[in-house]
Amino acid sequence: MPEPVAGEPNGTTAAAPEPTARTKTAPTKTAPTKTPTPPTRAAGGVGTPLQERSGGVGSSPTRPDAAAKANGAFDYASDLEFPGMLWGHTLRSPHPRARLVSIDTAAALAMPGVAAVLTAADVPGKRYYGLIEADQPVLAIDEVNYQGEPVAIVAAETLDLARRAAEAVTVEYEELETHWDPEEAVEAGNVFRYQPVRLGDPDAQVPAAVVAREYVVGMQDQAPLGPESGVAVPSGDGGVSLYVATQWVHSDLEQIAPCLSLEPDRIHMAIAGIGGAFGAREDLSVQVHMAMLALATARPVKMMYDRAESFVGHVHRHPARMRYEHAADADGKLLYVKARIVLDGGAYASTTEAVVGNAASLAVGPYEVEHVSVDAWGARTNNPPCGAMRGFGGVQTCFAYESQMDALAEMLGLHPLEFRRRNAVAQGSKLITGQIVDAYDPERAGGPSNPGRPFSPLADMLGRFKDIPVPAVPAARDIVELPGGTGNTTHGEGVRRGVGYGVGLKNVCYSEGFDDYSTARVRLELVDGETVAFVHTAAAEVGQGHWSLQAQIARTELGVDRVELLPNDTKVGSAGSSSASRQSYMTGGAVKAACEAVRELWQGRDLADGPIEATQVFRHRVTKPMDPVTGQGESHVQLALCVHRATVDVDVELGLVKVVDLTCVQDVGKIMNPVALEGQIHGGSAQGLGLAVMEEMITEQGRVRNASFTDYLIPTILDMPPMRLRIVENADPEAPYGLRGAGEPPTLSSTPAIVAAIRDATGLALTHIPVRPEHLTAHLGRQP
Amino acid sequence: MRVELRIDGEAAVAEIDRPGESLLSTLRDRLGLTGTKNACEQGECGSCTVLLDGDPVCSCLVATAQCEGREVKTVVGAVPRPVRDAFIACGAVQCGFCTPGLLVSVADLLEREPDPRDAQIREALAGNLCRCTGYEKIIDAVHAAAEAMSSEAISDGVPRVPARSHLHHNQWINVSNIPRAAGDSTEDTP
Repeated sequence: MPEPVAGEPNGTTAAAPEPTARTKTAPTKTAPTKTPTPPTRAAGGVGTPLQERSGGVGSSPTRPDAAAKANGAFDYASDLEFPGMLWGHTLRSPHPRARLVSIDTAAALAMPGVAAVLTAADVPGKRYYGLIEADQPVLAIDEVNYQGEPVAIVAAETLDLARRAAEAVTVEYEELETHWDPEEAVEAGNVFRYQPVRLGDPDAQVPAAVVAREYVVGMQDQAPLGPESGVAVPSGDGGVSLYVATQWVHSDLEQIAPCLSLEPDRIHMAIAGIGGAFGAREDLSVQVHMAMLALATARPVKMMYDRAESFVGHVHRHPARMRYEHAADADGKLLYVKARIVLDGGAYASTTEAVVGNAASLAVGPYEVEHVSVDAWGARTNNPPCGAMRGFGGVQTCFAYESQMDALAEMLGLHPLEFRRRNAVAQGSKLITGQIVDAYDPERAGGPSNPGRPFSPLADMLGRFKDIPVPAVPAARDIVELPGGTGNTTHGEGVRRGVGYGVGLKNVCYSEGFDDYSTARVRLELVDGETVAFVHTAAAEVGQGHWSLQAQIARTELGVDRVELLPNDTKVGSAGSSSASRQSYMTGGAVKAACEAVRELWQGRDLADGPIEATQVFRHRVTKPMDPVTGQGESHVQLALCVHRATVDVDVELGLVKVVDLTCVQDVGKIMNPVALEGQIHGGSAQGLGLAVMEEMITEQGRVRNASFTDYLIPTILDMPPMRLRIVENADPEAPYGLRGAGEPPTLSSTPAIVAAIRDATGLALTHIPVRPEHLTAHLGRQP
Repeated sequence: MRVELRIDGEAAVAEIDRPGESLLSTLRDRLGLTGTKNACEQGECGSCTVLLDGDPVCSCLVATAQCEGREVKTVVGAVPRPVRDAFIACGAVQCGFCTPGLLVSVADLLEREPDPRDAQIREALAGNLCRCTGYEKIIDAVHAAAEAMSSEAISDGVPRVPARSHLHHNQWINVSNIPRAAGDSTEDTP
């Protein structure tokens, strides 16, 4: 294959024009990502006049990357090849916990074609890294704390040889007692974070109905199809260039540089083609390892995990055990909620701290309740490390609180939607953290006044299902449409239909006082007489369509047709992570702000006199930490709602589930790109379906049992039902164009909706996800 | 070991040094043809689907040594233009890692069944995992491709793929930007 142009993502870019003396550049902030700086929030808002433009905001232009992805020409990180390239491979611990007695690399090094075998002793600089807390060893030091922890790395002429050389490394382990029970870890105080929320006095209330149940959520894997991969290329002067599939290239750089003992400006990082992420690419994987091997061998080194390694080579969604007690009065109003939430963070910190914050602050969902006692822990164990996955702490609690809402509604004799409507937050409501809900307000927006209750977007969304009928049971069905499918297990006998609802509330952008910002550089230039906008950011296109969005914003704001996207790399300031549903808001906001700055500079100037360039840093409003004792604080920026209704058919004799229909109402503030948005809702719902009925990484005392697509099942096209969408635009006046982040909310609400539908069909309590066949048949006395 | 085969219509020679080398590995690592993707190497995900003498196979499960004299078609050579265009136009491509394998499977499906029903599409594509799209847009795209190919066959003209497939009856957007009072749930009919 042709050698890839350094850092150029797949021909969707143009060469960066050299700056000229005429170029006027606005001041750029290049502060370290975690250093708080005064807010320089650029103007967002919904009042900005938009120019109607083909391919602009609100339309669905062809993705700039689509053609290359559809003809095989798009270079993913795993497709890269450089002249003289070696292959790297990682030797990982087979034990969840052990002392490293000795490592003997001599036999591996002696193999012809093996260029390097490195261990912890060879790490050039700092030996630990981490997204929030640097507690994870680059390579194991003295001990291993989870199965799959990297122990040594190898570079060799071929991948095969690198794998065989890794097998030839002799490691003597002394196995130690494994701490795999998160409850025990909490009792022992072995936690990454404890976050309580206290509001009112739950114990003083006299309820009409109380439901107390314990819920269990299994460990979900992001399972992006593209494996962890990248290439490190030594620059010849002691520096190194990294081409890697990552969600946040600047955070990578910040973690990598100290480990390599290099100044950050000696490392050039560019994002290589990304085959999906969903949180799995937020933590480092191959980055430091391949850079160490490249620096040690003075040759380019490529690393690429296979699927089994991928399953242990990235963090997972936290498994959870949650005890909830919900109480309501006779009028169907929530009186109090008590929750005890234990999330298993596994062996290293990753983002557990932030996940616990979300789980605690969003622990009751979008409902008004004045008396709350929440205790949330992130436990440290010898299980696989857990961190970011789509939904980020909101998914686990959403399953629990929505299950509770259904149980209480049933006890009170209310329809699940009616019970939720009576308790729905509205404009001016307080979340359990004291945060005021700043919802869309029709009156403020110049709409009709509303003398009754304040406007509740959620109540409005709940009302939208009544006009969308639940699909009827067809008289004759293709066997593919029945539970068990082509397994030919039923022709309809024993099949019961059920319907259920789920509501999710997700915070958008980073919370709890984090200095969250994005940077965009926009340059307007005449190219062969045509006005072209060049947009440069470091935002990761993980598949969500962010490249399209940037181009759309530039077209709308600058009135140009042609937009060229420059490589996403560290030559421009940080864009933050492609996570937390934040890139449309943050990098969209930065591109918008930079375009506005260019527009201003353009006044009274002729582009023929030279290009115009501006760089802007965009920040959302400042958030506050949660009080460590009460959990109170305006900790979130923006909140987004999604409601699902699931219809399922269950073979109650065999315990097989077929999801028949998913109907979704989501508030996105502003539809920026209809086709991309629908794709986000579909895909997010599918991952929620996976957690509801299929996906779980099984661990036994810290050992992963199903690290393959044979044994870890993700939804196929046969598992996904048709979807019907109602997309609501309740604009957020603080956000660019009024948009709300859209990628995560559907992943929260589809899971509880599906489980509620299975309960409706079976009458079973179902407190464990994924729901397995044996959960549905145990009461028949046929437990396996 | 020397294996001669045809890849996307051109003669190719692979000098393999392991009898067990997979066709996927030969294509990607030996010949540099990276259009075919490697996502699991276990025949579970379908990302590496190619046509071998016209039949769809997971190239990770085929030994190159078995391919002597045979015809391999990858995403580059197996996929009619309307199928590609439909995937692009319908938003069926997100991260795109599954796309090459899916396109080959769709090409095979439409060869066998020019106007497939949803159930047939689902059955035919059940071996191709996609983690991004939830598959809805993929079903849209298959219908759009089928329509474009049949009109192409009739008119022999340039295939035209609708910007948004209207064929998937469950799909619509209802924009509710109009301010409304609480409890006012009057609804536009889609």
